[in-house]
Amino acid sequence: MSAFRIPGKGRVCHDKPVRFTFDGKQYQGLEADTLASALLANGVHLVGRSFKYHRPRGIVSAGSEEPNALVGVSRGGGREEPNTRATLQEVYEGLTAISQNRWPCLHFDAGATADVLHRFLPAGFYYKTFMWPKRFWDRLYEPLIRRAAGLGVPPSEPDADHYASRYAHCDVLVVGAGPAGTAAALTAGRSGAQVILADEQAEIGGALLADDKVQIEDQTAADWLSAAQAELAALPNVRLLARTTAIGYYHQNMVGLAQRITDHLASPPADAPRERMWRVRAAQVVLAQGAIERPLVFHGNDRPGVMLAGAAQIYLNRYGVKPGKTVVVVTSHDSAWHTAFDLADAGTPIAAIIDTRPAIDPALTEAAAPRGIEALLSHTVTATSGRLRLRSIHVNAVTDGKVGGARLILCDTLLMSGGWTPSLHLFSHTQGKLAWDEASQSFLPDLKTEACHIAGGGRGLWGIENALQDGAKVGAEAAMAAGFNATAPALTTQNDRSGAGIIIAELPTDRGPQSTRSFVDLQNDVTSKDIRLAVHEGMHSIEHVKRYTTSGMATDQGKLANMNGLAIAAAAIGKPPPQVGLTTFRPPYTPTTFGTFAGYHQDDTFDITRKTPIDPWAADNGAVFEPVSLWRRAWYFPKPGEDMHAAVARECRATRNAVGIFDASTLGKIEVVGPDAVEFLNRLYTNPWTKLAPGRCRYGLLLGEDGYILDDGVIGRLSEDRFHVTTTTGGAARVLNMMEDYLQTEWPDLRVWLTSVTEQWATIALNGPNARKLLEPLVEGQDLSDEAFPHMSLADCTVAGFPARLFRVSFTGEMGFEVNVPARHGLALWQRLLGEGEAHDICPYGTETMHVLRAEKGFIVVGQDTDGTVTPGDANLGWAIGKRKPDFVGKRSLARPDLVDPNRKQLVGLLTDDPKVVLEEGAQLVDDPNRPIPMQMIGHVTSSYWSEALGRSIALALVEGGRMRMGETLYLPMASITHTAKVSRTVFYDPDGQRLSM
Amino acid sequence: MKVQAMAHFSAFSLLRNALTGHKHWPAQWPDALPKAEYDVIIVGAGGHGLAAAYYLAKEHGITNVAVIEKGWLGGGNTGRNTTIVRSNYLYDESARLYDHAIDLWDGLSQDLNYNVMFSQRGVMMLAHTVHDVQSFQRHIHSNRLNGVDNTWVTPQQAKEICPPLNISTDARYPVLGAAWQQRAGTARHDAVAWGYARAAAARGVDIVQNCPVTAIRRGPDGAVEGVETAKGFIKAKKVAVSAAGHTSVIMETAGVRLPLESFPLQALVSEPVKPIFPCVVMSNTVHAYISQSDKGELVIGSGTDQYTSYSQRGGLPLIEHTVAAICEMFPVFRRMRMLRKWGGIVDVTPDRSAILGKTPVQGLYVNCGWGTGGFKVTPGAGHTLAHTIARDDPHPINAPFTLERFTTGRLIDEAAAAAVAH
Ligand SMILES: Cc1cc2nc3c(=O)[nH]c(=O)nc-3n(C[C@H](O)[C@H](O)[C@H](O)COP(=O)(O)OP(=O)(O)OC[C@H]3O[C@@H](n4cnc5c(N)ncnc54)[C@H](O)[C@@H]3O)c2cc1C
Repeated sequence: MSAFRIPGKGRVCHDKPVRFTFDGKQYQGLEADTLASALLANGVHLVGRSFKYHRPRGIVSAGSEEPNALVGVSRGGGREEPNTRATLQEVYEGLTAISQNRWPCLHFDAGATADVLHRFLPAGFYYKTFMWPKRFWDRLYEPLIRRAAGLGVPPSEPDADHYASRYAHCDVLVVGAGPAGTAAALTAGRSGAQVILADEQAEIGGALLADDKVQIEDQTAADWLSAAQAELAALPNVRLLARTTAIGYYHQNMVGLAQRITDHLASPPADAPRERMWRVRAAQVVLAQGAIERPLVFHGNDRPGVMLAGAAQIYLNRYGVKPGKTVVVVTSHDSAWHTAFDLADAGTPIAAIIDTRPAIDPALTEAAAPRGIEALLSHTVTATSGRLRLRSIHVNAVTDGKVGGARLILCDTLLMSGGWTPSLHLFSHTQGKLAWDEASQSFLPDLKTEACHIAGGGRGLWGIENALQDGAKVGAEAAMAAGFNATAPALTTQNDRSGAGIIIAELPTDRGPQSTRSFVDLQNDVTSKDIRLAVHEGMHSIEHVKRYTTSGMATDQGKLANMNGLAIAAAAIGKPPPQVGLTTFRPPYTPTTFGTFAGYHQDDTFDITRKTPIDPWAADNGAVFEPVSLWRRAWYFPKPGEDMHAAVARECRATRNAVGIFDASTLGKIEVVGPDAVEFLNRLYTNPWTKLAPGRCRYGLLLGEDGYILDDGVIGRLSEDRFHVTTTTGGAARVLNMMEDYLQTEWPDLRVWLTSVTEQWATIALNGPNARKLLEPLVEGQDLSDEAFPHMSLADCTVAGFPARLFRVSFTGEMGFEVNVPARHGLALWQRLLGEGEAHDICPYGTETMHVLRAEKGFIVVGQDTDGTVTPGDANLGWAIGKRKPDFVGKRSLARPDLVDPNRKQLVGLLTDDPKVVLEEGAQLVDDPNRPIPMQMIGHVTSSYWSEALGRSIALALVEGGRMRMGETLYLPMASITHTAKVSRTVFYDPDGQRLSM
Repeated sequence: MKVQAMAHFSAFSLLRNALTGHKHWPAQWPDALPKAEYDVIIVGAGGHGLAAAYYLAKEHGITNVAVIEKGWLGGGNTGRNTTIVRSNYLYDESARLYDHAIDLWDGLSQDLNYNVMFSQRGVMMLAHTVHDVQSFQRHIHSNRLNGVDNTWVTPQQAKEICPPLNISTDARYPVLGAAWQQRAGTARHDAVAWGYARAAAARGVDIVQNCPVTAIRRGPDGAVEGVETAKGFIKAKKVAVSAAGHTSVIMETAGVRLPLESFPLQALVSEPVKPIFPCVVMSNTVHAYISQSDKGELVIGSGTDQYTSYSQRGGLPLIEHTVAAICEMFPVFRRMRMLRKWGGIVDVTPDRSAILGKTPVQGLYVNCGWGTGGFKVTPGAGHTLAHTIARDDPHPINAPFTLERFTTGRLIDEAAAAAVAH
């Protein structure tokens, strides 16, 4: 047992020792210790180096506000992370931690030369120098700065853990399980409301965990807490979440909770997620986050051994750890006196209590005397000594504002308290207003934007009894606001502690400003001098001060620094703090693991992969896939030994010469139904729809309001009031959104209903001269002859016994059919068609072949041959515009001067002079390759392929005034060669369309 | 007090001041009270407005200028952005403007005598789909012929440039290659605002903070007469509005309607760590981008929220998606922690290009619509806006970025090319 651990004391398991290492040295802690308490139990205060000056630093706090005690923690095998707060990390057998931001070692750090040079490195120094010579910035100065900055070393291996997330709804969410939160949860829970109680600590209780004197309802705090915990656990409508931090408060009472699940376990179960994000939507939120103690700002306030008094009380009473051998307390608040009494009662000598106040509650001095504690009122601390651990301090009397002579007191621990700041971070996330409270010199909650309640220390109340009673009252209010009948129990206490105090950021000193180094932001090494320099240089907004000095921007997010920084800046500016304002608190409340935000969205489930019913067959048959929006589509089907080029050439040949089969199920499908369906389509699409007869279909073109092509697809009329609209694969959701948008906001009078049926149908396309021969014997209920079922027809029938919606359409120029069957039959039909198709030399083809075949016919692909700047006229689709229609989306824009300019970029074909050259898609076209750069460009290649049918390359391009350039030679300057090509028509193959009925 | 001598910043002056306790640094910019009249008033002390004031003074000799800011200077999107600077835009008009800006970035620290930490770390834009590849190739070819540096790199080359990148072929969105602009990089956003403010103030420009402009006043002939502000009416024959997301509200008071929509755009940083990320990586397909700041924080941005809003809160789902995307591209970062996230309001035009130039109102100029990507153009926008104001005629570089183009249809549609255009 170490010299600093008090046997039997606290909530740690004295019979369960745990071994861990810090910087390679082995130590022993106890189960339920944090790394910080275990190190302190071993007498270790020095745990890290500061950000800028690399000064030795010790443990300051006992919670998530810790600025100094950040360590690297590693379990090996992709489980390592930097900047873990030792004050939250629980110890487990085998825990390995290292200190950070030091080289070669924690006790001797070369980076500390920055500390020697500190005079030359005040706030913002880097804005004033490193400018000459200019090229040194990238090569020398910046790399140097970067190497010195940063804290821990980032992980080097992919994370081996996984993360979870879930949604939850409740009536009352209580954030913080101290006395206020616990009482609120009990009260709301008893009313029957669904309650979630979350606390970032390993166990619930908050301040109660560190108070062994107070009696609640005639029980000790520990007993009352156990009973409360048992009751909460037994209530089926209450969920208790320990190790769970409320990280952000979002719109409409949504709160994100990050729960740590395995970081405290020696051997986590393999299937357990490391952390879980709860997205809680609560009817009412109770914020009971308590208050955070303020450090004091004085020369040398950053030495290892200087600690918050409240933290020492926690280490003592909760973990049974004494913070040092000889302790001095410096404070402006009563609370630190009680810490001193607790320590003294536990056998730690208290050399003195220094209070800046001239007068305090006499009960305190009376309690100090019998414990042999010297009480120094109206005193200050002006200096400290000790490099790696505090050795002594200078204490001076302050009379009428004058600092007297120094007295040296030897001590290895100095506990400080500058009062308490209500923790209102989450409230600030809601953009709720704060109001300055002159009496407590702090901001308190004022106007709310969300259904939330603040209880206990968070609204400036002091003491366990106040917190309990306020929590119960607020818990009842929240439950009632959520529709439950609740009554607040009267919770009474004995031995509650007094809590008067004043706020004093900076201690009086007799030192000259030049020789004073008093730290405001401990991690970022911002001193009070830095803040005054910023103000002096004209930074009169607190945001400017913060950004110029970096005060409050460290990983504790200003929990310790902000209020002191504000007080010092306000004094320097000469305005009261509320007029200088507070910087905005931003989520997350404490730094939160990326993986927890990502949750299940990792690897294969990062984004869903949509697969068609025929996808398993494609996978089994060696398809190479390509992602198209969320879908994966078969790109081509290589046979053994074939590369992409060979496979695509074979697929093209087979389709042009026999029959190809293609999985078109990803096409978007929307059923547009209702008495006004035809009017709706007339207004939306460019084409006229009124005269389209049931059983017929037509190519449809959709524009944005700007007149540019947005989507296209075949639209079939099933009956008078029912249309089957197809969209591009990537455009389906966008088109449905647009339809809904217009229907709901522009034309709410139209009686039209929209249903996405993309995934209800599997769509199989058969193309090629043998397509009809293959299909005919399988179809019942429809004659497939040209007379009965011409190109651009559709019919309900059965195909191979499956109910089908059959289209005669073609995207290849060959005779084509698209068979839609209910998705569950898709695979069976595919296999059946393949089987029957053997006799007709059937060949499955993928999206690449589809692209080649359509390009040979000059059919555009929206998004490839168009880019959001292409009109129907540009794409040679002027014929698709219903000239006599009064209006359609985009019509007005089409008349704008620039959209009727004859020199617009128009879609043309390109035939390279060397037929073997397949141009690069995206290559730019010029009419004179000899111009200097920047060179005038007149267009670009949108699609380019090897055409197996033509035995040469083909391309489509958008070219300025393209249609007037037929036969003209254009140039494509590449990085090392310039290609030449002639402008041609866009239809390269079967220009008369004879093959459609072959 | 009028023109205040600007203390020269240098290693030497730093040394000298260190010896005297840094007591003699003058204010970087004085807190000005508005005068009754100015030659030019610029509404909005973001980077753009401050830069315009600086170039008005420096290049056109117009120093009777006020920049009027409703809050603290640089506190709008200038102080909230992820500081990516690049110029590999598709269209000639954009390429020219953004490249002009890069030319000014290069040497800006020296010009302003303020280290804006312009770091040409290179920007890599990942292609994950065949469509991305086509689109980036189009950019690269166009950039080459426009004299803008941008090259194609293979996945292996991308990994050599950026070691944490996951180039596994069985990733959900595998990296098929990337467009790489070496000249591109990042800069320190606050320093840009402060550097321009200090240099403008030194040339006599008044910077008036905490003074919202509530309306633009027009005379009987329709021309601009000045602005109404929280501190009273201020006269000026020339007023330029450069107020990002709030521009449309102010312009409305002059009777000018703008085709702008305002969306929240969110960004976040990780806890600081030692150097691991040597460049900037962007991915339009998964909607995320990342770099590492000089402090060691990973700076991460996402796409805009889905709905228009003036609330800077931003929602959780988008941030979850963004972080997931980062972890997907860089699985080693999954155990890193998010330190803070925030939002800004960005002003988006239908073609995702800016409006920078004259308006139908005599004496009224506008600079807005930079959306998610106007930090990079700060020097260029300020420079050409100053020219436009001084000459009452646009500079050839900003001439295409008119308001009229939405009526004529002569759009500069960078949206067509990139969904996230930072
Ligand atoms: C999260 C985020 C990330 C971004 N990332 C990038 C990036 O990586 N690269 C990039 O190039 N761009 C990026 N941007 C965009 C970039 O920040 C902006 O385009 C650019 O900063 C705009 O500068 P500005 O000076 O026009 O606007 P701002 O900096 O917003 O300045 C406008 C000023 O006008 C003031 N104002 C408004 N109304 C009034 C009024 N009535 N009276 C007086 N003053 C008023 C505002 O307070 C503000 O200070 C990002 C933006 C955001 C929000």
